[in-house]
Amino acid sequence: MTQTQSEYEPSAIEHARRSFRIQRKRKSTLVAIASTLLFSLVVAIGLVSTPGWERVTESFFNIEVGIEAFPRILEGIWLNLRVLFFTTISVVVFGLLLALLRTLRNPVFFPLRLFAHGYVDFFRGLPLIIVLYIVGFGIPGLRLEWLGRIPVEVLGTVALTLTYSAYVSEVFRAGIESIHPSQRLAARSLGLSYGKSMRLVVLPQAIRRVAPPLMNDFVALQKDVGLISVLGAIDAVRGAQIEVATYANFTPYVLAGILFVLLAIPTVRFTDRISAKLAQREQSGSAL
Amino acid sequence: MSITTSRLTAFRTAISSAIVAGVLAIAGCSAPAEPVPTAEPEALQTITAGKLTIGTGLPAYEPWVVGDAPESGEGFEAAVAYAVAEQLGFAPEDVVWVRTTFDEAIQPGVKNFDFNLQQYSITDERKASVDFSSPYYETTQTVITVKGSKADGATSIADLKDLVIGAATGTTSFTAIEEIIQPTAGASAFNSNDDAKAALAAGQIDALVVDLPTALYLTAVEIDGGTIVGQISGAASGDQFGLVLDKDSPLTAAVTAAVDALREDGTLAALEAEWLADYAGAPVLQ
Repeated sequence: MTQTQSEYEPSAIEHARRSFRIQRKRKSTLVAIASTLLFSLVVAIGLVSTPGWERVTESFFNIEVGIEAFPRILEGIWLNLRVLFFTTISVVVFGLLLALLRTLRNPVFFPLRLFAHGYVDFFRGLPLIIVLYIVGFGIPGLRLEWLGRIPVEVLGTVALTLTYSAYVSEVFRAGIESIHPSQRLAARSLGLSYGKSMRLVVLPQAIRRVAPPLMNDFVALQKDVGLISVLGAIDAVRGAQIEVATYANFTPYVLAGILFVLLAIPTVRFTDRISAKLAQREQSGSAL
Repeated sequence: MSITTSRLTAFRTAISSAIVAGVLAIAGCSAPAEPVPTAEPEALQTITAGKLTIGTGLPAYEPWVVGDAPESGEGFEAAVAYAVAEQLGFAPEDVVWVRTTFDEAIQPGVKNFDFNLQQYSITDERKASVDFSSPYYETTQTVITVKGSKADGATSIADLKDLVIGAATGTTSFTAIEEIIQPTAGASAFNSNDDAKAALAAGQIDALVVDLPTALYLTAVEIDGGTIVGQISGAASGDQFGLVLDKDSPLTAAVTAAVDALREDGTLAALEAEWLADYAGAPVLQ
């Protein structure tokens, strides 16, 4: 009756089950590989035998033009990255500020709440390109002596911040308001002031919660940074446009597009990892 | 249970092989043969039969088109367009105007006009995408600025090297900046001459490069306090304007012959004297 538990010996049926599962797994892997190969072959043959394929390769995937155009596009992407860096910081700061203004409850702050409300509505409705033109050409056009000449990157950053902070403040506000009021009440009952309870209890949770949509906005910002080219700066898009005009070939556009996609992919993957980590932390429950 | 799984497997196999067969069938289809064009040597193959469709910019500036109304025939390019139309055998009533942006007309692709004139300089790079007629006007690139800016009073190209200079993207003006002036900060590219003009007026750029008649018009009329700095002399900067046609257009030979005829009988010179007399002459930058 007593069987030693130290060595577990699977029965013959269990062995059969295990080998069946292994075989099934192997078979499905082989079928998947074969199917993928066949599908890729069919697609490749289909593409190459389509009439006009050579003209498409010549027009969009020309290697020589791509190599010639690459330096200018790379320089442009560097400008895009610089503007992106500063814009992200200012958008987060300003967006958070606007969100906090809207959550103030004291009636004495009513004008601030009204301002934040109006600002968000206005700049979410106004197209970014109009903001760029007004800020990029209109403000220097006032010829204010104390401003001097403002670099194009700064004007672009200002315009992008004005527009994007409206969107981002709504995301932050949604995060703050989604935190259960018991958190804030508990913090107040512990004696934390409004500011401290926000900073120590509500905001960390809120930001963790809205990290995915925030990253979404960040990826969108990466591309909208390309719009500063209307102000005269030569960024990746404008650089590609100049090269397209020089070589009468669309490969530079494809190249610039690929660079933007390559820029976005690590961000998206990084976002996914951070969100997964944060979600695990939130869902594992309170450790204290 | 085993009967159901094998039926399911058979069903799945049938579906997947049907899909593969279908994709192969589609891939194997080739396009139908191109229709052979009927030969009509007498009638010109314009995009609309019986009408000549001419393209120009929006807005079209003086002295090329007066009052942004090319239908009036007033302005150098409007007048040249109607003269060419007459040479080709089209009455003024048969001329239809369309507006395109500067870039649109010189991109490779099918066009919505028979020919386009918008101060397009004839360059080899553009010839890869479009056809040009013979030149109807020759001019130089000119640097303009506003009074009191850093470029005001410059007498040589070296004076401009440290300044911010702009032009519309894709133009020979932009190429002239990059190749002849070579500013240390690089050239600024704008979507159109309008944007570049706004940037100059706002003080965001020190100088703007456009062709000579446009330069004279902008400084005289459009820009407050605009002044001419000088013409750029250099091998690449002598610009010849030509009419732009679709690549391998059937009209290229006829239009080229028309422009040549207008040059030989003095019409082009007369039109220049009529519309561009006030728009010639500026100092030359060394």
